Amino acid sequence: MAEELIYSTISELSGKLDRGELSSVELMGAVIARTKEVDGRVKAFNSFDGGGALAQARASDERRARAKGAGAAACGPLEGIPIGLKDVISVSGQPLTASSRMLENFVSPYDATVTRKLKAAGAICWGRLNLDEFAMGSSTENSAFHTTCNPWDLERVPGGSSGGSAAAVAAGEATAALGSDTGGSIRQPAALCGVVGLKPSYGRVSRFGLIAFASSLDQIGPFARSTGDAATVLGVIAGHDPRDSTSVRREVPDYNRGIADLAKSGRKWKLGIPKEYFGEGLDPEVAAAVQAAIDEYRGLGCEVREVSLPHTKYAVGAYYIIATAECSSNLARYDGVRYGHRSKDARDALDIYFKSRAEGFGAEVKRRIILGTYVLSSGYYDAYYLRAQKVRTLIRRDFLEAYKEVDAIVTPTSPTPAFTKGDKTSNPLAMYLNDIYTIGVNLAGLPGISIPCGFSRPASGNQGLPIGLQIIGQPFRETELLAIAGAYEGRTHWHARHATP
Amino acid sequence: MTYEAVIGLEVHVQLKTRSKMFTRVAAGYGFPENTLTDPVVLALPGTLPVMNKEALDKIVKAGLLLGCEIAPVCKWDRKNYFYPDSPKNYQISQYDQPLCRGGRVEIELPGPARNIMGEHRHIALTRIHLEEDVGKLNHGDGESLIDFNRAGTPLMEIVSEPVIRSAEEAFAYLTALKTIMIYGGISDCDMEKGQLRCDANISIRPVGSTQLGTKVELKNLNSISFVRDGIAQEIRRQTAVVLDGGKIDQETRDYDGQTGASKSLRSKEMAHDYRYFPDPDLMPVEVGEDWKAAIRAACPELPFDRQRRLLEQYGIPYTLTSVLVPDRELGDFFEDAARICGKPQAVGNWIVNDLLRELGSSRTGLAESKVTPRHVAGLVRLVEEGTILGTAAKEVFVDMFQTGDLPDAVVARKGLKAETNLDDLERWCAEAIAANPKSVADYKGGKESALNAFKGPVMRAAKGKADPKRVDETLRRLLAP
Repeated sequence: MAEELIYSTISELSGKLDRGELSSVELMGAVIARTKEVDGRVKAFNSFDGGGALAQARASDERRARAKGAGAAACGPLEGIPIGLKDVISVSGQPLTASSRMLENFVSPYDATVTRKLKAAGAICWGRLNLDEFAMGSSTENSAFHTTCNPWDLERVPGGSSGGSAAAVAAGEATAALGSDTGGSIRQPAALCGVVGLKPSYGRVSRFGLIAFASSLDQIGPFARSTGDAATVLGVIAGHDPRDSTSVRREVPDYNRGIADLAKSGRKWKLGIPKEYFGEGLDPEVAAAVQAAIDEYRGLGCEVREVSLPHTKYAVGAYYIIATAECSSNLARYDGVRYGHRSKDARDALDIYFKSRAEGFGAEVKRRIILGTYVLSSGYYDAYYLRAQKVRTLIRRDFLEAYKEVDAIVTPTSPTPAFTKGDKTSNPLAMYLNDIYTIGVNLAGLPGISIPCGFSRPASGNQGLPIGLQIIGQPFRETELLAIAGAYEGRTHWHARHATP
Repeated sequence: MTYEAVIGLEVHVQLKTRSKMFTRVAAGYGFPENTLTDPVVLALPGTLPVMNKEALDKIVKAGLLLGCEIAPVCKWDRKNYFYPDSPKNYQISQYDQPLCRGGRVEIELPGPARNIMGEHRHIALTRIHLEEDVGKLNHGDGESLIDFNRAGTPLMEIVSEPVIRSAEEAFAYLTALKTIMIYGGISDCDMEKGQLRCDANISIRPVGSTQLGTKVELKNLNSISFVRDGIAQEIRRQTAVVLDGGKIDQETRDYDGQTGASKSLRSKEMAHDYRYFPDPDLMPVEVGEDWKAAIRAACPELPFDRQRRLLEQYGIPYTLTSVLVPDRELGDFFEDAARICGKPQAVGNWIVNDLLRELGSSRTGLAESKVTPRHVAGLVRLVEEGTILGTAAKEVFVDMFQTGDLPDAVVARKGLKAETNLDDLERWCAEAIAANPKSVADYKGGKESALNAFKGPVMRAAKGKADPKRVDETLRRLLAP
């Protein structure tokens, strides 16, 4: 029973809850038990409040009972489902640390818009999930608290920055989770942990209540065990928010129905394979798995053709200018004056800044603040920031040009499966290159998804590591993107394999 | 060699909006510390700014009133610097695309006498942009406290071209600007509340030179008089330095209005690199033609235009207009009352002398005044008709001001009606003339004082309650050939 519950999808669990075969308290109890059992090894969570989660579950069961009594249909689309939250998404009354010493003791007094929407949909906001400090990194090794372990091989990283979210879903510690993706921080850990990870189009989901890393790139999205679950969560969290001017005034479609309609229509998708994404640095096993997935699509009757994204080689450079520039400004508020870490040795205002920030931020955060400060400096702005913005426009144009011929673009999510902890910590550039396939999507503001598409050969410490397939969609056409991903998912069983940490 | 001053002013004006620039919490002054805050004002993790449309409306209105070119798009930039009164450690501002460019402020310089209009000039503007105000630091014994109530208040920066030539012009510029802002409902411009703040850039150069000298920025000019005095002092200081063979250092100086002296705050070497870049949290907002047209339709007549119109349309003297015009509501009061009774001069006199005196001594604002234009117009009419005498009218005014009763009611209640009516007066005058043919002959013979011989009998007939001026007029009329 418990094993079944912790690996079930939202749709399976919602069915059981609707039919009265399961209560939310039972489900939450199983998830808490699982978390207590494995999180000492996986370390996906920064903190969790089991009692609070059970209280939310009880309240959900009561709502369900009342709805039934009133003859109404089931409550929200996530009624009674435990959803984990990356520790950069604000939940009123809960810690909000960004896995940083700077916010180690900070408790947020308000709900993020996505949190409010999750609650309104009946979800149980479950725990605070680990990440690279301030979402800067690709392995969670930059967390100030601990490194999360890959549930498929505890010696390896779960990816990042939303490594805690990916690992929690993979290890059965949450039915689904929210992460944030600035340059691949949802898709890459989803790939490395063998789960579904969706980054929506920029502007699709409100960022209000998300600790900003790079405002023009950040986007919240779901981790789930199926594309259908990702669609369900997206449907709940998407939509215009008057508190976020960058959220878009566009109706939120019924994603699950749209996907079902597209599946029924038997539409043959045209898929583009960008030659620039299959070059040097791509692990042969990943290349083979992605190639097999492409063949699978051919088998489905899809038309596959090569496309070109010629500015891809500039993406990482442009990204590290834009993202660091924005972060240098976004993180200026963490100064020890109003909240957060304040150095005990500070003697005056300047001292508060220097010492609090020196003590409160880790090396990678400092590196990016310094880099971002530099590229915005007088005399360098035009050469770096302005230039990077132009490159960004060209990268977006590359994609839009390709979409004149194809419905979606298929690539590897990450050049390699999960790497061993410590492998890249001494080489920031090697770490940055891990996001080479995901960064362009953020620069172009597009939706992207990573779904399981195979496993590496078993090796010492694991029975094979998950490999992710990235599918990149057109702006605000998440329904098509999810339908394309779902078509593959429906023909394969990778998502049915579970990690046993 | 003689020197002339070149002055440019940077004026910060807080916009009068219900909520702050980028969040819905109220904007205001005089509230308990840190009560006008929310997660956005305090820059808590995860918060985002959302633009206040009312603030954009007001800066567009200011731009239209000042004849600026309005940008088609409102674009936001971040100005990055660390200071404890700045919660985000960046200020959302407008860098390369200010909302308003160009424009000018009409000013009036002091005239040769108080009752003669002075020369008018136009001071050209460089730009106006919108930004957010910062909090307030209160330095105490070994500690500093921060009040974030002011943080995030919409703030407009109005930059003039360096075309102001004297402290008097600067004074006139600020006075005119303030009046326009108040007229437009853009700001209350109360300098004591920090709603209008001014920094001055001052340099001097030999008369005839077209090059600019080294400029000094003068800060903390806390009242319009301090602006004038501070600038005058700085011009004297720079002139003395140069005449002494010295050089002016580019620096920022702090003016102390109490002592009338300034001291150096910082030199140019400490200039900031603000690392401006477009704020990725705020989308540019299009300022469409329809939007501008709607705001233009709500723009009031400019104060100096109104003054010229009042002079021409109502034929009232300059001294009256210079009291009535700067206060938009007072001008409206005047025009309403003049329209009702058709006697602008009398209305103007009542407002400037009696109404302002009563408002002042009772510390009442015009908006709270029980005396309305209808009251003043009614009173003027009663006096003109001779229903009451001038002395009684003063009493009626004070009563109206206290009770709010209309003048007829006050006259009836207090029995102030002149016991004479005009028919009686006419008859008494005719009788007095008929009874004294000798004096008639004297008067017609050119003896002006003979008129007094009739006045006694008339006043006796009226039991002393006839208006002497009116008696005089009536007698002259009846005696006229």
